[in-house]
Amino acid sequence: MSDLKDKILKIYPAAQFEDGQDLLFTVEEKDWLKVATALKNDLGFDVLSAVVGMDWKENRGVVYYLTATARNWEMVSVKVLAAKSGDDEYIHSVTSLWKVANFQEREVYDMFGIKFVGHPDMRRFFLRNDWVGHPLRKDYDANPALNPIRLEEETNEDDTRTYEVDADGKLVENPGKVFEKNEYVVNIGPQHPSTHGVMRFRASIDGETVKKVDVVSGYIHRGIEKLSEGLGYPQLLHFTDRMDYMSAHQNRHCLCMCIEKALGIEVPRRAQVIRTMMDELMRISSHLLSFGCTAMDLGATTAFFYGFREREQVLDIFEKTCGARMSMNYNVIGGVIADLHPDFVKDVKALLSIMPERLKEYHKVFSGNLIAKNRLVGVGVLKKEDAINYAITGPSGRGSNWSCDCRKKHPYAVYDEVQFDEVLLDGCDSYARYMVRMKEIEQSCRILEQLVDRIPEGDIRAQVPKIIKLPAGRWYQQVEASRGTFGVYIESVGEKTPFRVHFQSPCFNLVGVMDLCCSGYMIADLITIGAALDFVIPDIDR
Amino acid sequence: MGIKEGKIKSMSREDFKNNEYIDKLVEELNATGANVMVGKFDELINWGVSNSLWPLCFGTSCCAIEFMSLGAARYDMARFGFEVARNSPRQADYVMVQGTIVHRMAPVMRRLYEQLAEPKYVIACGGCAVSGGPFKNSYCVVPGVNQILPVDVYIPGCPPRPEAMFYGLMQLQRKIKVQKFFGGVNRKEKIEEFFAEHPEERGQIG
Repeated sequence: MSDLKDKILKIYPAAQFEDGQDLLFTVEEKDWLKVATALKNDLGFDVLSAVVGMDWKENRGVVYYLTATARNWEMVSVKVLAAKSGDDEYIHSVTSLWKVANFQEREVYDMFGIKFVGHPDMRRFFLRNDWVGHPLRKDYDANPALNPIRLEEETNEDDTRTYEVDADGKLVENPGKVFEKNEYVVNIGPQHPSTHGVMRFRASIDGETVKKVDVVSGYIHRGIEKLSEGLGYPQLLHFTDRMDYMSAHQNRHCLCMCIEKALGIEVPRRAQVIRTMMDELMRISSHLLSFGCTAMDLGATTAFFYGFREREQVLDIFEKTCGARMSMNYNVIGGVIADLHPDFVKDVKALLSIMPERLKEYHKVFSGNLIAKNRLVGVGVLKKEDAINYAITGPSGRGSNWSCDCRKKHPYAVYDEVQFDEVLLDGCDSYARYMVRMKEIEQSCRILEQLVDRIPEGDIRAQVPKIIKLPAGRWYQQVEASRGTFGVYIESVGEKTPFRVHFQSPCFNLVGVMDLCCSGYMIADLITIGAALDFVIPDIDR
Repeated sequence: MGIKEGKIKSMSREDFKNNEYIDKLVEELNATGANVMVGKFDELINWGVSNSLWPLCFGTSCCAIEFMSLGAARYDMARFGFEVARNSPRQADYVMVQGTIVHRMAPVMRRLYEQLAEPKYVIACGGCAVSGGPFKNSYCVVPGVNQILPVDVYIPGCPPRPEAMFYGLMQLQRKIKVQKFFGGVNRKEKIEEFFAEHPEERGQIG
């Protein structure tokens, strides 16, 4: 790490380092774009993992988490304080370096009111255009009279703006339009059965060919990050189950690990193995659902029934041990909440014994189908360098041949003790993404096979203090959820409630490539591209 | 002619837990009385409506996945006539609100409801739709879909089990069985009428 410190000092001698879990240094706003360029081009930090807006009361800013794929997935974090121009606060945008920053910066603008200079499209992302205030600011006025439930439609959807700083250091606003005046725009959603939730796409089309897709999000934005600031640590665990409900175990595992790391709690081995097994079962159930829904979006309803048949079997395993089919609430700080059901081993073995045959059946029913291939092969091409630039992790990134599995890069729980392959395909299209999921089911079964007879005896939970107070500091933890790398950022000032919690969800990045993936393809392909990317909307909106 | 208690085939009266509610509805209807012909028509129509309830595909979060399980082979809602999930509100009989409704969604939800053809029903499914659930205190969550729509049946749970969803759907069937189609409607179709009787539900509608 000190090696990296020297290199950073070389490109930016004024860097002020802070103690903490990851290397963190502060950059002056006026130098930020220059430093960011050097970090990407000279030091190889090619992935922007997280953009966390912050309000430290006396000033506001952003914490960026960067990952260098070529340097063994080393991470560095950069803190940038917003510069002031009158009442406005601004930071230079890094969308020119990392495309993933586009939506991330719009989210920060929405929540904190920090304007990004040079950002091509500075609109709100989650909240209505006519929303008053920026909710994640510490001085936000939550008076419902300011923002009543409005039943009239939003206006001025096409208006956008860009910002630049003039010679005197003043922020200048330039108006712009999302779509040109003569473009033909088709609206899809927010209530559309094939968008997998309430997501709205506005597609500009030429004949049947898509030219541009404008993503309008926020139709299920529940303000989880703000709610978390008012709750104690054990109380905020349940939100993770309700974000990406198809990765409930993994997400909660991540948040628990982040808190355990901050408290220095050693999780008992039995709990580690149980957590790993539950994560993999969850992955199987998620990929089965994804298989069924992809098929159903193409009109193959039979495949949907097949996928759900096996999914019910996985849910039965969850139900016996966790007491619920969905929103399991199983991981807790220090371990898991309840011991395994006596039937657990038997049920998992029963599942493992049928899966290879059932997978063959799926391939017979759907994967080899001519219509499915016509609709998926060569559609929605996402090149490897784009996948890295847009930080597309998970099965979708691996379908573009990008090795990005967090279980391999930053092993956690017992993933470093089990044998499994990271599935990589170089098709870069919808079909490759779909096939990665099907092959990952096999790998998850392989992990379960290795663990099912080796669940050690012992405690399921470590001793944790009754009142959980995190020491002052900041922590970032990642896991491999069903749809990609899920990250949790916690900043604490030493109280019972967190100062700031940020969830970096994989689907947020996935929806960011819709424009890139759909441009040039037919309007009907928009649905299949979305199905193959497999985003879960509540995970995007949080 | 008296209106009979809402009897449905799928589940016996004793197995339901809130028969007083249905009894009260029957009593209300019988108090005004009905003509024999009209009463027979009512029965016929209610029999038809209650046995072919077509839902609108509307889900915002976790509950929608459980609703998909309802459609799959194990739970198979086709047994009760609920299986024809429609993508257009104009072809649907009821909307089952599955998931949180946030401020941005509220006008869309309201419009979808207005697009449903009469007679239309609303089921609030899951904690979020019932009351805002775990997100009740949030700055942009509608605390219960009854703030913007008149709700016929509430199904608690987070998410409700498929069995609970069936229970709620059967309650809706029973409710339909005791409605008066001709001459006086005992459901609150217009939101203003509904609010006139329940001023406390009005919420903060602008």
